[in-house]
Amino acid sequence: MVELTLPANSRPTEGKSFPAEAGASNVKTFKVYRYDPDSGDNPRIDSFEVDLDKCGPMVLDALIKIKNEVDSTLTFRRSCREGVCGSCAFNIDGANTLACTKPISEISGDVKIYPLPHMPVIKDLVPDLNGPYAQYRAIEPWLQADTPAPNRERLQSRDDRAKLDGLWECILCFCCQTSCPSYWWNGDRYMGPAILLQAYRWIADSRDEATGKRLDSLNDGFRLFRCHTIMNCTNTCPKSLNPGQAIGKIKEAVFQRL
Amino acid sequence: MDMRSPLSRVRGLGSSNDGIHHWWVQRLTGIALVPLVLWFVFYGVALASADLATVKAWVGSHYNPALLILLIVCLFHHGQLGLQVVIEDYVHTESTKVALLILVKLSAVLLGACSAFAVLRLTFGG
Repeated sequence: MVELTLPANSRPTEGKSFPAEAGASNVKTFKVYRYDPDSGDNPRIDSFEVDLDKCGPMVLDALIKIKNEVDSTLTFRRSCREGVCGSCAFNIDGANTLACTKPISEISGDVKIYPLPHMPVIKDLVPDLNGPYAQYRAIEPWLQADTPAPNRERLQSRDDRAKLDGLWECILCFCCQTSCPSYWWNGDRYMGPAILLQAYRWIADSRDEATGKRLDSLNDGFRLFRCHTIMNCTNTCPKSLNPGQAIGKIKEAVFQRL
Repeated sequence: MDMRSPLSRVRGLGSSNDGIHHWWVQRLTGIALVPLVLWFVFYGVALASADLATVKAWVGSHYNPALLILLIVCLFHHGQLGLQVVIEDYVHTESTKVALLILVKLSAVLLGACSAFAVLRLTFGG
């Protein structure tokens, strides 16, 4: 039946507290999810008090400061620190977003940082993303054409190029993917909003010649139609994209073939 | 232990090549139900305290039997399509899932047939 209970050893306990250094006046508490699979312990929520006067403005700045100065065992992914790589996606203050573009000042009270929801956790804030990566591979996210490649670029009108706007910007951070309840319950068969937005990026590309094959592969009660238009994806996208709309357009395209 | 590759798991048994039909019929019956339900609720309220003879006369008049049967077909078809999605969403034990789907679909047919029969009986006497 429905799995309403958490798996064994997944209920977080209260963890360690790290007070701010003496003399700090502008202090904010960061409550960070910690999990070490090697220890066999339950996950815990550690509290770090950070002096904001000695910290950059974004949540990622605080995490890096904690790792550098307080607890070097804190594990998380990050790379570009400017919202382009998609590595530092966490559940921050109750919503999935990128730590590098989320200002600390936007959060009232303690800053709660958890890994992306409903994914297996490898360590601390690092989720196992092999599932979504395999789903991305499954939609064959590259240009497919039978027409022999020209000796120059494949031409595209300005209007057709404009159809890719709002799609190509996706950085595959999986904030939307892991915010979707339908993906939580059926992520093994439902492709999820991030992957469907990427699929639509190729369906909408005038240079691609495999549109029909792409739609065949998605016309499935689970792969595409498990989307119930909940719209968490669009609400949470840190790049302000609209996966919900892209999914609607795929449904529209499949409908046109009826 | 599952030692299949993530890609093999994602591809699974492949696409059913059928998802749009369920989606489309659910919307089609949903659209049809908007006027039908409004119509039925309007007269249902009006006839709430009427006696059997008045109700019989209303059911049998004009195109009412056809509209009532249309309402019944759309309602139960739409209902079982929706419940099917809910069951597929939340029930992950294959045997329980299939049993519930059979129960819901057969119940919809049974209840729909009984309702349609009631309309015909009110219309044609008995």
